[in-house]
Amino acid sequence: MTGLAFALLLSASLAAYMINRRAALALRDRGERLHSLGMFHGLYGLLLILVPAVVVTILWIMLQNGVINTLTMSSLPDGALADMANPQLVLSEIQSLAQGRVFGTPEPWKLEAAERMNDLRANSAWLMVAVVAALSAILLLVSRRQVAAAFRARQAVERIVMGLMITCSLVAVIVTFGIVFSLVFESIRFFQMVPLTEFLFGTRWEPQMPIRADQIAAEGAFGVLPVFLGTLVITFVAIAISVPIGLMSAIYLNEFADRRFRAVAKPILELLAGIPTVVYGFFAILTVAPALRAWGAALGIPVAPNTALAAGGVMAIMLIPFISSFADDALSAVPRSLRDGAIALGATRSETVLNVLFPAAIPGIVGGVLLAVSRAIGETMIVVMAAGLIAKMTLNPLDSVTTVTVQIVTLLIGDTAFDSPKTLAAFALGLMLFIVTLFINILALRIVRKYREQYD
Amino acid sequence: MYDTTRTETAVSQQDIKISASNVQVFYGDKQAIKDVNVGILDKTVTAFIGPSGCGKSTFLRCINRMNDTIDSARIQGEIRLDGQDIYDRRVDPVQLRARVGMVFQKPNPFPKSIYDNVAYGPRIHGLARNKADLDGIVEAALRGAALWNEVKDRLAEPGTGLSGGQQQRLCIARAVATSPEVLLMDEPCSALDPIATSQVEELIDQLRERYSVVIVTHSMQQAARVSQKTAFFHLGNLVEYGDTDDIFTRPQDSRTEAYISGRIG
Amino acid sequence: MTDLPNQRSKPAPTWSSDEFKGRLARRHRKEAGLKFLGLAAIMLAFLMLGILLWTLISGGAQAFRQTHVTLDVPVSAEMVDAADPAGGNYRGVIAEAMQATFPEAPQERMRALSGIVSNAAQFVLRDRIVEDPSLIGQTIQIRVPVSDVYDQLKKGNVDELSDESTRRLSDADIAAFRQLEAEGRITLPFNWALFTQADSRFPELAGLKGAIIGSAYALLVCFLISFPLGIGAAIYLEEFAPKTRFSDIIEVNINNLAAVPSVVFGLLGLAVFLNWFGMQRSAPFVGGLVLALMTLPTIIIATRAALKAVPPSIREAALGVGASKQQVVFGHVLPLAMPGILTGTIIGLAQALGETAPLLLIGMNAFVTSAPSTPFDASTALPTQIFIWADSPERGFVARTSAAILVLLGFLVLMNALAIYLRSKFERRW
Repeated sequence: MTGLAFALLLSASLAAYMINRRAALALRDRGERLHSLGMFHGLYGLLLILVPAVVVTILWIMLQNGVINTLTMSSLPDGALADMANPQLVLSEIQSLAQGRVFGTPEPWKLEAAERMNDLRANSAWLMVAVVAALSAILLLVSRRQVAAAFRARQAVERIVMGLMITCSLVAVIVTFGIVFSLVFESIRFFQMVPLTEFLFGTRWEPQMPIRADQIAAEGAFGVLPVFLGTLVITFVAIAISVPIGLMSAIYLNEFADRRFRAVAKPILELLAGIPTVVYGFFAILTVAPALRAWGAALGIPVAPNTALAAGGVMAIMLIPFISSFADDALSAVPRSLRDGAIALGATRSETVLNVLFPAAIPGIVGGVLLAVSRAIGETMIVVMAAGLIAKMTLNPLDSVTTVTVQIVTLLIGDTAFDSPKTLAAFALGLMLFIVTLFINILALRIVRKYREQYD
Repeated sequence: MYDTTRTETAVSQQDIKISASNVQVFYGDKQAIKDVNVGILDKTVTAFIGPSGCGKSTFLRCINRMNDTIDSARIQGEIRLDGQDIYDRRVDPVQLRARVGMVFQKPNPFPKSIYDNVAYGPRIHGLARNKADLDGIVEAALRGAALWNEVKDRLAEPGTGLSGGQQQRLCIARAVATSPEVLLMDEPCSALDPIATSQVEELIDQLRERYSVVIVTHSMQQAARVSQKTAFFHLGNLVEYGDTDDIFTRPQDSRTEAYISGRIG
Repeated sequence: MTDLPNQRSKPAPTWSSDEFKGRLARRHRKEAGLKFLGLAAIMLAFLMLGILLWTLISGGAQAFRQTHVTLDVPVSAEMVDAADPAGGNYRGVIAEAMQATFPEAPQERMRALSGIVSNAAQFVLRDRIVEDPSLIGQTIQIRVPVSDVYDQLKKGNVDELSDESTRRLSDADIAAFRQLEAEGRITLPFNWALFTQADSRFPELAGLKGAIIGSAYALLVCFLISFPLGIGAAIYLEEFAPKTRFSDIIEVNINNLAAVPSVVFGLLGLAVFLNWFGMQRSAPFVGGLVLALMTLPTIIIATRAALKAVPPSIREAALGVGASKQQVVFGHVLPLAMPGILTGTIIGLAQALGETAPLLLIGMNAFVTSAPSTPFDASTALPTQIFIWADSPERGFVARTSAAILVLLGFLVLMNALAIYLRSKFERRW
């Protein structure tokens, strides 16, 4: 159905292009002086249909489900929801029934609702096609009537295009607003249930709450400190390993490697940055964690199965090319004259790097390391797979710790009920993550920019 | 400012500090220097002049092996410092550069304090036994570069905060601090204003008392003012080499004459 | 100049003294040390990459082949009613086939012996019979996958010398399998199911079809949305936007958006698209929307760089012949910048293809046993499928996870190769 709607609006706009262009050319052939080329009359018709129709179709696709859900839920028999703790669970059950996934024997009113939902879907799809068709037809007529010798079609087209481009660049702003707004909105709901002070200063994180009244579970505690501490431990491990390795490889590539080695080594290093993080996560659980445990056992040191060292170490591998390329850029940005000055004094290459280039490049390198820290804090898949789930107040990297991102994902995987603090806690964590990384990013970008200006 | 007759008598007593024979330099496939033979005297200022791209800077950079840092550069022939071939396998370029100092076109002080800039060379080469020793070397070098009086109260301030002329003299002080025997200067005044230029030129004239100074310059007036010997380079060839007075008044080669009279360059 | 120093009180350094020689040697040793450390750092990084790839290839290679057993199946009319071939007792038919294959086996062993054949065998058989009901009453030959434990046995992952109680296969089970092998019934062909089947609880049946199609739909949606939006925004910002506070804000905004952790985009998708708009959970369409928002900054930045690389002389030349600003940009600048834009877009899409966390939050880790037929059906994507399999305890899923990763990396290599090709083929330097 969606395909049909798009096919319809595309063919209507193409038709408008051809009809209007031909009409304009016919005017010209009759000896009238056109203000704009025939092509622009055609383009005007095309845009006049394409833009509203695409917007309507996309909005329809995005919003129809919400409307259908509301309609379905409101038509449930009276009292059906009364004994259910959670209407959202009912809705998702009806949805999966509607998709033909039946588990057990559902109540007849649920089957009925599912059928109604499917009917509504079918109607909505047809209605969408009808609306698109009608809209296209009306706009085709409107644009056709505007074809006239004096019509400034080019200006009109350019105004539409300009408006479109401005809208496009506003999308980035809208996305940021969307992120901030949704995080803040859900977080406020969370803080209505859990006090802000308990969240920020509590030392227990036990978000497992009973979903239904008859479940036996702990009361739930939402103190973010242990989660935050875990994030710090893993980030520290990742940075402590990746920064020396990344810096050293940058120094080697920049100062000692010949051109051929550089040409081969740099892309190979970049490969490490292109590997999806889910792959690193698998590597951590499959290879690194067992190896660390085996070494620990050989040395008589107890190592937790999902030690922070495994997650942090693998994250470090991912960060090496990131730090290395930043340090490489920063070292290359130091003017050649400084390097020549040191060499001409009889400094060896290593003395040149360590005493002159490196201090001069420090701001650029610090900016890069900060961006790496922000990445490590926000990195999700490696820790979801390789770090622990239990929040502990510990700084021991051999122990198992959890992180902000791990908690976000585990809280939200599976069915989510938007009225439980368990779900909303994830948004509070997300808001914290967003603020911290945003702050680090702004700081880092500012340092890097200042540094570039210094030598430009 | 300088006395011609004195210079001429001095030259005759001095011996050759640097001698180059059949030097050729290639950048990749391009030949930048073609068969240069020259003997540079001790305690003399020698000027290299010529139109841009003539190879004078390239040749200068051969004397302290700065061209080693360029991957594609290849050098043939022989350059001897006090009779020793500096491209000999046994010669360590690091040590050579301590003996042959260099000052660059643009002042390039390190982003460190004035003191640390000057002390850098002595520190890495281990020329001072203690702090007092190092203080002495730094002071002597700054005095040698005629900068001491201007900066003695702010040695801890960054060298990049000085004016252009001061920065260039700081770089000269930095080069002088390792007690080199030869001082190479690659257009040391081209980035300076006239007043700073005259200060540096004055300094060069004094440096001649202790070092063999080689200066590359675009300005014939400057060559005439500061040097006793002049070498004219053209298209990678050393066209003419002789007393500065002779070169400027009685050039032997028609190309030299054309350059000096402003017809090429 | 009267401040000429009297520093000649100190003798010039004698470079040939032992003290200086020793010092120089120490300095050169330090230099060699730093050089060695640098090389060691690079080699360590390479080593890690090597171990990673070796782990994946050595572990994943096995999953590209699947052990099959060929059985002679007597399809009797008692088991399968010709009137309703779809409702036949195919499990029973397979059991009878096993009985016929091992006539001497005692009755209590039959259950274990039937376990050699994958659970899928009955469905393979059913499909054959439904297609051609005339086979009822005949004995037909089918080739079906063996179950995971036997697949592992065939691939040499079972230590037969270990204590019998510590492994899932008894000595008798292994003997039975070896007997089938001796009869030539066991084959190890290429595992087409990996690409023609969707997910399954049984590793020997699980494939990537659903995940590949899900990823393809998500990427398509991502491209269709982020490409025009990104180009539109980039052209406006680079060519038309007046230098005001407003365009500054947009610029800073885009740079920061590029560095927002991906999981935050997942939160956005969950809260806005799923919760407020009520869109379908687990749908590639929603996944594509979220990925599009993530890819948008990448495309904008790449497009602006490509536009910037077009020399102003081209704009001036076109303006000079009387073209309007938009005609210049769309007619001359944009076509010249296109290779750069496409390269950046492909790299952005490759990043999106490997992105996992936001897809998890919008439920694309659902267990779905059929490939999606539209972008609105529940589905997984390649990276989330990897995540699901990596979480599964069966031995067969470990190898399949590696295989799935190899498939994902294969797609990434292809996309990047395309980007490199485009760049080298069309990139112009002015």
